[in-house]
Amino acid sequence: MATDANEAAHGAAKGAMEAAHGAESAGMPQLDFATFPNQIFWLVVTIVVIYLILSRVALPRIGSVLADRQSTITNDIAAAEELKLKAQEAEDAYNQALADARVEAQKIIAEAKAEIQADLDDATAKADAEIAAKAAESEKSIAAIRDGAMQSVTEVANDTAKEIVSALGHKADAKAIAAAVTERLKG
Amino acid sequence: MATEAHGEETGLVFHPMDQFNVKPLFGDGAVHWYTPTNVTLWMAVTVLVIFLLLVVGTRGRAVIPTRVQSIAELAYGFVHKMVEDVTGKDGVKYFPYIMTLFMFIVFANFLGLIPMAFTTTSHIAVTAVLAMAVFLTVTVLGFVLNGTKFLGLFWVSSAPLPLRPVLALIEIISYFVRPVSHSIRLAGNMMAGHAVIKVFAGFAAIAAISPLSIAAITAMYGLEVLVSFIQAYVFTILTCVYLRDALHPSH
Repeated sequence: MATDANEAAHGAAKGAMEAAHGAESAGMPQLDFATFPNQIFWLVVTIVVIYLILSRVALPRIGSVLADRQSTITNDIAAAEELKLKAQEAEDAYNQALADARVEAQKIIAEAKAEIQADLDDATAKADAEIAAKAAESEKSIAAIRDGAMQSVTEVANDTAKEIVSALGHKADAKAIAAAVTERLKG
Repeated sequence: MATEAHGEETGLVFHPMDQFNVKPLFGDGAVHWYTPTNVTLWMAVTVLVIFLLLVVGTRGRAVIPTRVQSIAELAYGFVHKMVEDVTGKDGVKYFPYIMTLFMFIVFANFLGLIPMAFTTTSHIAVTAVLAMAVFLTVTVLGFVLNGTKFLGLFWVSSAPLPLRPVLALIEIISYFVRPVSHSIRLAGNMMAGHAVIKVFAGFAAIAAISPLSIAAITAMYGLEVLVSFIQAYVFTILTCVYLRDALHPSH
């Protein structure tokens, strides 16, 4: 095994030397001038074909695709900007409407309040007037009752006095009795 | 594979560069300039994949993209932003050219990572043509747009006067080295990674170290996925930087 490897290594060294020798004698294919016209001819053909493919078809196409994409992106951004502006406007309009509604509501509330206040005042005034009227009427009837009562008291007093005087055996003078009673009542 | 064929005799044989051979697709003849080769095949696959991604993937033109469409849009946005950031607003009209370069390199690199695939961008012939095309376009564009003012690129007016000729020489050298570094960077990265993977794969013939070898291949593959994208990115952004020099040559 070891000798095998040794031999192989030896062979490798020899092979490398042979190869170097061979390269020296054969020369590099790169320097074989006989093949130059062939390579140059096919290279020129290849380069011209590639140039035609690129300049006629590929590059304009890729360039236009890239430009299209750029313009699509620009348009989309502009559209987004516009939509954003619209949304902003809508929001503003919404807020405006909300504020208007609030003001309107305030106004309606104030109006309703004023109306209710007016109604209330009206009703209060009416009630006051009614109460006053009722009170006056009551006052009047009380006065009438009081007058009636005084009258009755005077009459009853006159009658009673007359009866008492007659019972005591005196001839009652109606006029004198009435005067006396009135005098007494005043007192 | 080659290792299997010769494995019996020598134990290990490495052919890390065989994968870069340019072979005719049909038959076994010479490679003429018009011969359909594996280069043709893999460049055609690259075109097909780009077509599938950028044309078929976006056929829905959806405002909300599908997965494939968003990958296509991502690639478009990635390169477009790079061009705009590096070269400025007036560089955007060169966007299709730069997008072509980027898509070709990134897909050629990734397709080269498929096992048994041929990596077209690992050949200096391919990357040198791409780099020279960029270099010549930028230079011509610089003179057409700015006239002789384009030479101001080499005359560092903010440096002290005695230093300027020296700096101009350095600037000119670095300007002409640009296409060389531009092309060798890409081809070298792609070639080195693939060759290293192949070397590790050769070691897998030894049973004792094959697990290590496979682990190393996996790690290299992950690194190569990263490198494939980064090299495409570097090539493209350097193109943008050179283009900016042509549009605004003042320092």
